[in-house]
Amino acid sequence: MQQSPDQIRQAYRQMRLIREFEERLHVENPKGEIAGFTHLYSGQEAIAVGVCENLRETDYIISTHRGHGHCLARGCDPKGMMHEIYGRADGLCKGRGGSMHIADLTKGMLGANGIVGAGQPIAVGAALACKARGDGSVSVSFTGDGASNQGTVFEAMNMAVVLKLPKLFVLENNGYSEHTGASYGIGSDLKTRTEAFGIPVWEADGFDYFSVYEAAAKALEYIRAGNGPAAVLAVATRYFGHFEGDPQNYRAKDEVKNFRETVDALKQIREKVTGAGIFTVEELDAIDAEVLALIDASVESARTGPVPGADILLSDVYIDY
Amino acid sequence: MAELTMRDALNQALHQEMERDPRVIVIGEDVSGGAGGTSGKRDAAGGIFGVTKGLLPRFGEARVIDTPISESAIVGLANGAALAGMRPVAELMFADFVGVSLDQIFNQMAKFRYMFGGKAQTPVVLRMAMGAGMNAAAQHSQTIYPMLSAIPGLKVAVPSTPADAKGMLAAAIRDDDPVIFFEHKALYSRKGDVPEGEYLVPFGEAALLRQGRDVTVVAIGRMVHFAAKAVDKLAAEGITCDLIDMRTTSPIDEEAILESLSQTGRLVVVDESNPICSIASEIASMAATKGFHDLRAPVQKITAPHTPVPFARELERIYVPSPNDIEAAIRAVMKEV
Repeated sequence: MQQSPDQIRQAYRQMRLIREFEERLHVENPKGEIAGFTHLYSGQEAIAVGVCENLRETDYIISTHRGHGHCLARGCDPKGMMHEIYGRADGLCKGRGGSMHIADLTKGMLGANGIVGAGQPIAVGAALACKARGDGSVSVSFTGDGASNQGTVFEAMNMAVVLKLPKLFVLENNGYSEHTGASYGIGSDLKTRTEAFGIPVWEADGFDYFSVYEAAAKALEYIRAGNGPAAVLAVATRYFGHFEGDPQNYRAKDEVKNFRETVDALKQIREKVTGAGIFTVEELDAIDAEVLALIDASVESARTGPVPGADILLSDVYIDY
Repeated sequence: MAELTMRDALNQALHQEMERDPRVIVIGEDVSGGAGGTSGKRDAAGGIFGVTKGLLPRFGEARVIDTPISESAIVGLANGAALAGMRPVAELMFADFVGVSLDQIFNQMAKFRYMFGGKAQTPVVLRMAMGAGMNAAAQHSQTIYPMLSAIPGLKVAVPSTPADAKGMLAAAIRDDDPVIFFEHKALYSRKGDVPEGEYLVPFGEAALLRQGRDVTVVAIGRMVHFAAKAVDKLAAEGITCDLIDMRTTSPIDEEAILESLSQTGRLVVVDESNPICSIASEIASMAATKGFHDLRAPVQKITAPHTPVPFARELERIYVPSPNDIEAAIRAVMKEV
């Protein structure tokens, strides 16, 4: 699965964008300007980007409460997202959705979702629409280890198989279902369980962009050939808590530090592409600087963005008000 | 006009709308039936009450989709297909099965347009059979339109006649908002005149079925017919009533009810649901807050008791409001001066 330098540059930039977006939110959150619950994706960037770099414009994705990474990987506007997270009238969802409900239908992004496991049946429905269109498009759901214990996920898997739909299940095991280890909550294991539905699973190293990209490419090739649903199982970790402010008493002291120093997704892709002579360190640093400036500008404008009023409160409940 | 049962009127609306718009699909358990059976016959059921009969042979498996018994996934499937541009009509069989799929209804389909900044829409019609009268007991007989009418983002239709059933189902399918469509089991075989060809009944417009001077009687679903019995009986005695069929419980046609109340000054509301937070409560509240100065007597709420729906024939008969109960309520408001 040879990728062009342009593709790799794009993937690296997307991963850096997610990393900077999330690390910056971690810094900004305690300042009190951001309302509500924020769940960060740092540490899992290779999964969202490795999958989404395989997708076509007509494909759909649906995300979770930890959705910023998927939104950015699918091409949602970072500034519009930042404004949404700050609750601004010009945010992607007019300040009515917030961190947990960012969506952009024009990008085939059917929404982050505050209900754990709710997205999977919806993504199966989008897959039904893809099949009806017959244009080879697919629908992708991202599902955490926690959500994978919801009955909705089992129902969605079975439904996708029964109706033979073009549906990719991306199972992201980040090690924790909120404050409980994945090993405690999952009977059997995610691969066996998924295969039991008749869904083939391609496993990937969730810290390694190339590993995820290749696994997703194979799964999507299987799906686009008309074989029905497939899954990608990727293991990584989240660098922050379940939500911002989570004291993370359930984690060993140096757990995150060790991940960051050894297998970190950004560190890995930098080493691989510089080692292979595809880009120089300076070229990657230049991408980093461009992304950092974009995040700075997004936060700056979000902090002073327009505050929504009653007109926004009382519209879009129905088509006519 | 043709005389049709409500079942056939609904079936006609589905045929016409599927013919008109290729985006309309029908999904649910046994909507055709027979897949995987030993007879090899498809369309073996045509829906548990026969409402979707004949759709499979006409429109094929890509548009008439039998699903496993997975209510969350059925509604989720409809939601996702709608977000991606289709117009699904999903069937839950019994309204009671909302319990298994409620998240997809009230957290998902109801909220996408609002939560996603007005850029998403979920034109799903979720059909379900409701109501007591078949001794189907506590988990197959409820009329839960009040709880769904309370949710912003959902529209709720409760037709009482074959003509309304056809016109409201067609309107629901063309609506860009999610519509919960309640069909009363005891009305499926009831006949009535139904306009042929395209027929649409707009939402939020109640029907004035009888005109009178003395009392405003507001009813929903099967209760419309029970109320009509009581109203017609009393008319012979010289007590005349406006009989209003709400038709949709979200939106509510407040104007029609308040206008009638301003003429009669007396209000009886008939609702087959349990009394607390019922539609009857909502209408009574509306009368108290917006029609207070018109009221000449306390509002009479006729509802089922605050119990689950019982099984035994005798018990179910007591549970469901009867024409006699309605008649007594009308007489009671007439006694007050």
